[in-house]
Amino acid sequence: MDEERTKRDRESELPTYNSWQELPHVPVSLGVMGSIGATGEWRILRPEISREKCNRCGMCYLYCPEGTMIFKNGTDPEVNLTYCKGCGICASECPRKAIAMKPENAERSNHGRDE
Amino acid sequence: MEEMNEEPADQTLILTGNEVAAWAARRAKVHVVTAFPITPQTTVMEAIAQFVDSGKMNSQFVPMESEHSVMAGMVGASMTGARTFTATSGQGLLYMGELVHWAAGCRLPVVTTIASRGIAPPWNIWADYSDVLSMRDAGWMIQFASTHQEIFDSVIINYKIAENPEVMLPAFVAYEGFTQSHTAKPVVIPGQGRIDHFLPPPPKNGWPHLYLDPDRPIVHGNIIMPHQEYMEFRFKIHETMMRATSIIKEAIREFKEVFGRDYYGLIEPYLVEDAQYLLVTVGALAEQAKDAVDSLRKRGVKAGLVKLRYYRPFPTEDLVSLLKGENLKAIAVVDRSIAHGSPTGGHISSDFYSVLCQTGKEITYLPAVWGLGGRDVTVEDQVGLFEGLREFHESGQVRAGKNKLIVGTLWVNLK
Repeated sequence: MDEERTKRDRESELPTYNSWQELPHVPVSLGVMGSIGATGEWRILRPEISREKCNRCGMCYLYCPEGTMIFKNGTDPEVNLTYCKGCGICASECPRKAIAMKPENAERSNHGRDE
Repeated sequence: MEEMNEEPADQTLILTGNEVAAWAARRAKVHVVTAFPITPQTTVMEAIAQFVDSGKMNSQFVPMESEHSVMAGMVGASMTGARTFTATSGQGLLYMGELVHWAAGCRLPVVTTIASRGIAPPWNIWADYSDVLSMRDAGWMIQFASTHQEIFDSVIINYKIAENPEVMLPAFVAYEGFTQSHTAKPVVIPGQGRIDHFLPPPPKNGWPHLYLDPDRPIVHGNIIMPHQEYMEFRFKIHETMMRATSIIKEAIREFKEVFGRDYYGLIEPYLVEDAQYLLVTVGALAEQAKDAVDSLRKRGVKAGLVKLRYYRPFPTEDLVSLLKGENLKAIAVVDRSIAHGSPTGGHISSDFYSVLCQTGKEITYLPAVWGLGGRDVTVEDQVGLFEGLREFHESGQVRAGKNKLIVGTLWVNLK
């Protein structure tokens, strides 16, 4: 896992340049997930997929602006919560209403403040 | 499309300025047009919608929910390598503002026409360049089209400049709301074949620096830290803009070779060689000012005119060499826009003054503002400005006429 993460970090880095003459027109890095960074502590809702309702139509995969819906052969869809920002578009678009947005840290009714 | 090849010959049509802009987008064979209505631009989009609906223009026409989305749509479409076109005015351009910067930062060759109008409040929809000049530092090229024919030709020429791999910057073509956008004149619309020869389609595989292709995934719009090259990327846009002046001139020269119409360069000088009193201004009022210069010349006054065509990049070199004229006594630079709180009250007059300082010459300098919010500026008003300039040169004051000299700026017909 650590090795994989290091590789991702390296690939998502922008190249460094010594002078403006070397620059391309715009900064571009390799197309790897999370190039702009993992989601912080600020997500307030997270998607939860109902396995009973989901028929694997893939609409959530198409609509997710961050590309965090994981569809693999033979498995149920999953959300990559490292990058999911909790926007709720998947829940809104799901034709079978199989995705519910649940509060993060629902058990902490004090919103993270100390007791 | 077959229909598009059915118009091989040039034709002269009576068109409004907005219809001319639509014809230019059609002849440029733009792939994507995003649209949101705003006066006085709306009839550009209405004309394009009719072209697309009748099959005469093979473009994706996408009505959006706001101008912010209009330019976002332009940015997204242009990233795929499409040629993109939209038009806006006044408040619409302001609402578009964030994405205007985005298009330049992504180095996307979007071309947008602006039917310029006053900014609210109070509401005003008439000629005033304060809208487009509020975007002066966004990294877009800004060109003023002073005639209907120039609107058409400028859109075509600016695609060629913007899509040059050495440039890759978006361009505004601005003209006056209503006085140009809604008046009709004869305009030569060249046949499609000649336009295609001058302006070939963009590269099939997208722009070299940026593309949206599922088979070649990249990430752009990345965050860039202070120790990385943010400063250098900004500098590069500025450096490109300054270097683009020669590419602009080359495109204008090439256009003249193909179509026979000459737009001179970043500026169009009129009777400047022996001029003692020089007026510098933009757009349709600059074209009109030729009449004022002619009438003064008949009375023996050595008046001259510089029509500033490009504001970004600013034609610094051309102006410096022009200001070397030995006969030059006094210059008035007149804005149809207001830059509240700036040293001269206008955008162009402030920039021009820094050019004048570079020459080291002591020439009487009079910044002026006229025609805000569509207030009429007649040939007589323009003659009156020359007379005020002469009086200011001789006495340091302006008493003649209806103009007021306030904190160093002449306000034409200020009540």
